[in-house]
Amino acid sequence: MTKNLVEVQSLKKYFKIKSDVTVKSVDDISFYIRKGETFGLVGESGSGKSTLGKTLVGIQAASDGDIIYNGQNIKQLNKEMKRNVNKEMQIIFQDPHASLNPRMRVGDIIAEGIDAYKLFSGKDRTNRIYELLERVGLSPQHAKRYPHEFSGGQRQRIGIARALAVEPKFIVADEPISALDVSIQAQVINLLEDLKVSEDLTYLFIAHDLGMVKHISDRIGVMYLGKMMELSNSDDMFTNPLHPYTQALLSAIPKTNPRDAKRERIVLAGDPPSPTNPPSGCRFRTRCPHAMEVCALQEPQWKEVEKEHWTACHLY
Amino acid sequence: MNHLLEVNNLEINFKTYGGEVKAVRDVSFHVDKGEVVAIVGESGSGKSVTVQSIMGLIPTPPGVIKGGSIKFQGKELLRASKREMRKVKGSKIGMIFQDPMTSLNPTMIVGKQIAEGLITHQKLSKQEAKKKAIEMIKQVGIPNPEERYNQFPHEFSGGMRQRVMIAIALACNPELLIADEPTTALDVTIQAQVLELMKKLQKDTQTAIILITHDLGVVAETAQRVMVMYGGIMVESATVFDLFENPKHPYTWGLLNSIPNLEGTEKKQLIPIEGSPPDLFSPPKGCPFAPRCKYAMDICLEEMPGDYQIDESHSARCWLNDSRAPKVEMPFTLEKEKTVTVGGESID
Ligand SMILES: Nc1ncnc2c1ncn2[C@@H]1O[C@H](COP(=O)(O)OP(=O)(O)OP(=O)(O)O)[C@@H](O)[C@H]1O
Ligand SMILES: Nc1ncnc2c1ncn2[C@@H]1O[C@H](COP(=O)(O)OP(=O)(O)OP(=O)(O)O)[C@@H](O)[C@H]1O
Ligand code: SF4
Ligand SMILES: [Mg+2]
Ligand SMILES: [Mg+2]
Repeated sequence: MTKNLVEVQSLKKYFKIKSDVTVKSVDDISFYIRKGETFGLVGESGSGKSTLGKTLVGIQAASDGDIIYNGQNIKQLNKEMKRNVNKEMQIIFQDPHASLNPRMRVGDIIAEGIDAYKLFSGKDRTNRIYELLERVGLSPQHAKRYPHEFSGGQRQRIGIARALAVEPKFIVADEPISALDVSIQAQVINLLEDLKVSEDLTYLFIAHDLGMVKHISDRIGVMYLGKMMELSNSDDMFTNPLHPYTQALLSAIPKTNPRDAKRERIVLAGDPPSPTNPPSGCRFRTRCPHAMEVCALQEPQWKEVEKEHWTACHLY
Repeated sequence: MNHLLEVNNLEINFKTYGGEVKAVRDVSFHVDKGEVVAIVGESGSGKSVTVQSIMGLIPTPPGVIKGGSIKFQGKELLRASKREMRKVKGSKIGMIFQDPMTSLNPTMIVGKQIAEGLITHQKLSKQEAKKKAIEMIKQVGIPNPEERYNQFPHEFSGGMRQRVMIAIALACNPELLIADEPTTALDVTIQAQVLELMKKLQKDTQTAIILITHDLGVVAETAQRVMVMYGGIMVESATVFDLFENPKHPYTWGLLNSIPNLEGTEKKQLIPIEGSPPDLFSPPKGCPFAPRCKYAMDICLEEMPGDYQIDESHSARCWLNDSRAPKVEMPFTLEKEKTVTVGGESID
C-alpha cells in the first residue's frame, strides 16, 4: 500500500503587494505526494512553484486551504507537534551561495538544525557532522572551513547535509541544480537519488529543466500562473501531455540530438500575463492555440481525465 | 580562402589580487559567412572573455591581451584604433548579452535606442530611423510596434527585452552577431521564441552567429559547428554531428553523459564528471582537465596536449588522440549500442 505523505487541499497563498493589488501566487491547488516518491514540479518563472514549496514546509503560512502531513492536518496541531512536523520537512534552496551564512563554519551550518532541536551535543554532535559530511561526499576536514572555500556543487552538498541533519522525511528541493555547471548537476542529482533510497525520503523536486525533472520524478505537476494545470506520472506526461500548455512546454525543450533537431514545434505567442491581473476563465487562454469562447467565460475544472492523470482544460 | 572572422593563438590574462588569471589560452578558431558556431563549456572557462575580445570589450587593466590576433574581414581588430573599432561595432558586428537589462539604457525609450545606431552608422535621417526602428520591433515579433517604440525597458518582459536587444543588434544588418547566453535567463517557451527568431533572421540575412550557451539542446538545434572550452582552452572543435556522434575529448564525453535522455521511458543513471572545475590562478601544468579525467595518463599531468586534427573540420586537445596513446572506448549515450574509439592502433 502506498500512502500519501503530504496532501494539499484547496491551498491558497496570496500576497498583498499594495492596498489594492494582490498576487495569487498559489490559487486553489489540490494534490497529494505519495510516501517515497519524487514529485516533480515545473512551470514558467513566477508560476508559484517556490511559493507552493515554502508553504508546504511551513516557511510561509497558507492564506487558505489545508495541508495534511502524514494524516495530520497541520492547522490542528499543537505547538509541540507542529515543531516535530517542521523538523520532518526540510528545504534545499536554489542558490548555494546565498543560502549559506558566509561567516559560519561549514560544521556549524550543517548543525543548525541539530542545535535548534537539541538533538546532539558535544562529541556526538561532532560525530554526526562528520557522518553527514561523508554522506554527501565531502570529508570531515571540511567542517572547519568556510563556505567561500567551496565550489558551487560542494556548497549545494553542504545545503543537502544541513537538510539531512535533522533526519527529515520530506524534502523540498527548490531548483537545487540550476546554479550549477552541467557537469556538476549530474553529481548532485545522483546524490539526491542515492539519499532518497538510503534515508527513506520523499521529494518535491522543483526545476525548470524538464529533462532533469523527467529523469528524477515519479510524477510531475505543471503550474501556470498560480494554478496546477496538469498532473500525471512522469512517462505519461511526456508521451501523452493533455493540457495545451504542457504540450507547448514539452515541445519547446531543445532536443539533444542534432539529427532530431529539425522538427516542428509549438511556439507560444506572447508572454505570460501579469500575475496580479490574470485572464478571466482559463489563465492560459491568452496564449493557448486552442482557446474557445468558453475559456474566457469559465474557469476549467480540475478533473481526472484519464486514470491518475489530471488536468484543468475545457478541451476535456 | 578568407574567413569572415579568424582568431589565432589568443591569450588573455586578468591581473587580480589573488594573482594572474589565465582566462584564455592559445585559442584559435574561425567563423564563415552565414554559419552558426556555438561555444559551450564550464562556467569560467573563458567563453565570454573570448567573444568580448572580438568586440574590444576587455577592460585593460585588469585585462591583458598577451598575444594572438583577431582578423575580421581580413582586418586586425586587436590593433584597430578606437574609431575604427566603433565603426565595426556599430555596423558590422552586433552583440547580445545574457542580461538585457544591464545593456539597455533604462532612462531612454526603447525605440530611440534602436534608432540611435541607424542614425550614426547608417546615416539615416531621424524620420527614416524611426520608421526602420518600428519595422525592426515588428520584425522581432513584438505586437503594437508604434506604441512599443515609446516605452521604456522596464515596461517590457524579459523575453521582449531580449528581442529588443536582437532588434538593436540587427538593425544595421551586421555580418556577425555575437550572442552570449541570449536565452539563459528565459523560460523555455520564451527561449523557443527567441531561438526561432534568431534562426529565421539568420536564414533571411545570412548573418553569421557566434552563440554561447551551456545548453547542449540549444547547440544541437541551432549550430552547424561547435567549440568546447575548458579551463581557458578550446578542448574540441567539430561539426555539430561529429560533436554529438563522434566526440574525441573526455570532457565532451562527460558533458554528453551528464545530461538526461528525454526519449524513451527507461531510466538510466547519469554519469557525472567527478571533481570540480580548475583553479585558473594556478592551472595544472598539463591538460587542464587531467585532474578530473578518468583516462588521464602521466603525460597529461606534465604537458599540455597539442591540438590534434581528427579531420579537416574536427580537432581535439587530448593526448588520447596521439598515435602512441592506448586505445580507449567511450560508452556512448546518443545511440546506446554505439561505442566510440579514439587513439592509435589497437593493442590486443
Ligand atoms: N513574498 C512575496 N511577496 C510578494 N509577492 C511574492 C512573494 N513571493 C512570491 N511572490 C510572487 O508570487 C508569484 C510566484 O512566485 P514564485 O517565486 O513562487 O514563482 P516560481 O514559480 O518559483 O518562479 P521561478 O521559476 O522564477 O523561481 C510571483 O508573481 C512572485 O512575484
Ligand atoms: N574583468 C575581469 N576581471 C578579472 N577576472 C575576470 C574578468 N572577466 C573575466 N575574468 C575571469 O576570466 C575567466 C573566464 O571568464 P568568462 O567570463 O570568460 O567565463 P565564461 O566561460 O563566460 O563563464 P560563464 O559560463 O560563467 O559565463 C574567469 O575565471 C573570470 O573570473
Ligand atoms: S481551457 Fe481553453 S484556453 Fe485553457 S488551455 Fe484549455 S483550451 Fe486553452
Ligand atoms: Mg522559484
Ligand atoms: Mg560567460
